[in-house]
Amino acid sequence: MYIYDDFDEGFVRERVRQFRGQIEQRISGALTEDEFKPLRLMNGLYLQLHAYMLRVAIPYGTLDSQKMRQLAYIADKWDKGYGHFTTRQNIQYNWPKLTDVGDILDALADVDMHAIQTSGNCVRNVTSDHFAGAAADEIEDPRPTAELIRQWSTDHPEFQFLPRKFKIAITGSPNDRAVTRAHDIGIRMVRNDAGEAGYEIIVGGGLGRTPMEGKVLREFLPKADLLPYLEAVLQTYNLAGRRDNKYKARIKILIHEGGLDDFRARTEQAFETIRKDFAGPSDELAANIARYFEPPEFNNVRSHGFEKALEANPAFRSFFETNVTEHRNPAYAIVTVSLKAHGATPGDATSDQMRTVADIAERYGHDEIRVSHEQNLILPHVRKADLPAVYALLVDAGLATANAGLLSDIIACPGMDYCALATARSIPVAQEIAQRFDELKLEHEIGPLKIKISGCINACGHHHVGHIGILGLDRAGVENYQITLGGDASEAFALGERVGPSFPADRIVPAIDTIVTTYLEIRESEEETFLETYRRTGSAPFKQALYPEENRHAA
Amino acid sequence: MTVIIRNGEIAEDHFKGRFACFGDGIAVPVGADTDEKGLDVPSSIDPDELVGLAFGFSAVRIDFPSFADGRGFSLAARLRRGGFKGLLRARGHLISDQYPMAIRSGFDEIEISREMLERQPVELWAEALQRVEGTYFQRLCARRPVREAA
Ligand code: SF4
Repeated sequence: MYIYDDFDEGFVRERVRQFRGQIEQRISGALTEDEFKPLRLMNGLYLQLHAYMLRVAIPYGTLDSQKMRQLAYIADKWDKGYGHFTTRQNIQYNWPKLTDVGDILDALADVDMHAIQTSGNCVRNVTSDHFAGAAADEIEDPRPTAELIRQWSTDHPEFQFLPRKFKIAITGSPNDRAVTRAHDIGIRMVRNDAGEAGYEIIVGGGLGRTPMEGKVLREFLPKADLLPYLEAVLQTYNLAGRRDNKYKARIKILIHEGGLDDFRARTEQAFETIRKDFAGPSDELAANIARYFEPPEFNNVRSHGFEKALEANPAFRSFFETNVTEHRNPAYAIVTVSLKAHGATPGDATSDQMRTVADIAERYGHDEIRVSHEQNLILPHVRKADLPAVYALLVDAGLATANAGLLSDIIACPGMDYCALATARSIPVAQEIAQRFDELKLEHEIGPLKIKISGCINACGHHHVGHIGILGLDRAGVENYQITLGGDASEAFALGERVGPSFPADRIVPAIDTIVTTYLEIRESEEETFLETYRRTGSAPFKQALYPEENRHAA
Repeated sequence: MTVIIRNGEIAEDHFKGRFACFGDGIAVPVGADTDEKGLDVPSSIDPDELVGLAFGFSAVRIDFPSFADGRGFSLAARLRRGGFKGLLRARGHLISDQYPMAIRSGFDEIEISREMLERQPVELWAEALQRVEGTYFQRLCARRPVREAA
C-alpha cells in the first residue's frame, strides 16, 4: 500500500484549502457558475438529480482497513450511512452538502485519500487489475506503475483542460481484468524477445455512445519511456482532439477520423522533443514507490480444517467454487466479497459492511482490500486455512453471497435513481433479474455469465461488453431496454451485438429469462459457457426465441 | 482594455513592439523596431507550424478563447521545448486558478480583461502563484521544468 510522505500530504492538504477557497469565490461571485463547474468537477463534486455527489478516488482500487473505516465514518457522518462502489474503482457519496465537502476532503486526507481528478476533462483515477499482486497468472505487479501515473497526471499543468475526460487502465496479467481495450489508454505489461519488461500501449478504446475497441499504438515501450510517452499521447490529443462537439471529443474519435498512423506519427514526433528533457522519474523514486507494493510476509502453515469444512459444509463449498480465486501462493487464496446480494443495489455497501470487511482484512487478510471494476470488494491475501473463519464472518454480515462471476453478479450504473443524465432506471432491473434467478435456483447450473446494465448511452454500466448487455432508453417518455449479446471485457475483447427491437420495462426480465433458457437448451454440454455457445451459434437461435412473431413472418 | 499580470502583480506592458496576426500580415511582421516583433496566434494553430514560425519573433501571444480550452498550455510547452526563448504571453479568458498552469507550461505573463480583474482581484492571482512550486510534476520528473527550458 502506498503511504503518503510529507510531499503527498502537503499537496493534498493544499488542494483541500484551495477548493475551500474556490467554494468561497463562487459564493462571493468571483467565479461564475461556468467557471466554478470544472473546478468542482476536478475535485470530484458533481451535481446530480437530487443533490451533490462526491466521487472519491480509490487509486487502482487499493484500500486497507484504516481507509475503509474512514469511508464508513464519512458515510455515517456526512451521508446516509452507505456508499456506492463504481466501475472505475471509485466510491460515490450521493448526499453530501456543499458546505460539508471541505470537511469530507480533509477527513479523506487524514487517511491518504482524495477526490482529485475523479471527474472533469482531465486524466481520471487510474484503474488496474483488482487481483494485482496476488493473481497466479501475473507477469508483474502493475500497481507501482499505476502509482507513478497517478503522480504524473495529478495537477499536470498541460492536461487539466483537455477536450474531454481521459481514462487510463493498466494490467500486469495476460488475463485482462482491467478492460484495457475499452480505455482512452490501456497499458499491458509485457516482455520483449530479450526478456526485458516493458509496456504495450493501447489507445482509443471506449464505450459510451460510440463504442470502440482500443488499438495498439506501441507494441513494446521500454519501461523508462512510459511517462514521456504518455505525455506525448496526451499532448497530441490535447492539441488535435475535437472541441466543437462534446460527443466527438474523446481520443477514440480523433483516431477514428484521422487514422491510427497519423496519430502515431504525431505522437512519436512529440515524444522525440519531450524525451530530450524528460528522463522520467529517477530510479530512486521508482524504487521507493515499488517498495510499498512488496508482497506481505506469507504464513504458509496449512490446516486440515479447511478441507474438512469444504466437505462438511455445502454452502461454504459453493462459496469457495464461485468467490475464491487461485493465489500465486498455493497456501493462499483471493476472496471476492460480493456486493450483489440478490435484490440489493449493485455496488452499494453500508458503513457496517465496510467495517466488517475492514475487520476481516485486518485480522485475516494482511490488511489489504481491493475494489473491483465489477463493483465487488476483494480480499487479495487470505490464508486457505482461514477461509472457513472468514466465510463465517461474511455470512453474519450478509456478505457471503456466492455469486461472483454468475448471472446475478450484475454491473449496473446508478441510472435514473440518481443520475441526471439517465434515460431509464438500471438498479431495479438488476434487482429484479437477480431475484428472478434466485427463485429459480438456476444460477450455478447456468455458470459464468456477465450481465451489464447502463441507464443511458453513456454506458457507465459497460453494457457493450456484457455477455448480455442491457441499455435503458427513453422512447417517448417510456422506459425501454435494448439487449446486446456476445460482448466480452476480457483479453478476448468483443463488443456486443444488438439482437433486435427493445423491450418495455415489464418485459425485460422475461426477455433475459428467454435468452438464458435458450442457452440452457442449446448448449452442447454443461461445460460450454454462455459466451462459448453464443460464439458457436451466433445470435440466430436467441433472436428466434426473443422475437418468434417476426421470425414466423420472415420464414 | 486589458491588463498584464506578471509575477503575481499588475505589470506594465514591457513589450514595445506590435503583434502581427497569424493568418494575415504574417509575411511582413510589423514592429516599432525590428527586434520587437510579436506574433498573435489562435489556440487552433498547428504546433509544428507555430514552432517553425516563432523563431522570427521576439514575442508570441497565444489566445485563450475560453478558459475551458487547454490547448494554449500544450502550445506553450511545445514552443519552450522547441527552443523558443522570447516573451510568451497568454491572452484571453483565463481564471486565476489557471495562472500556475500557465507559468508551469512556459508562459511568462498573462493578459486578461479589466472585467476579469474586477471579478478576480490581483490578490487571487498572487495567491495562485504560490502553487507553481511543490508540484508532483517537479518531484517526479528528472528534468528541467518547461519554464526553464527557455
Ligand atoms: S450510463 Fe448514463 S445513466 Fe448510467 S451512470 Fe452513466 S450517465 Fe448516468
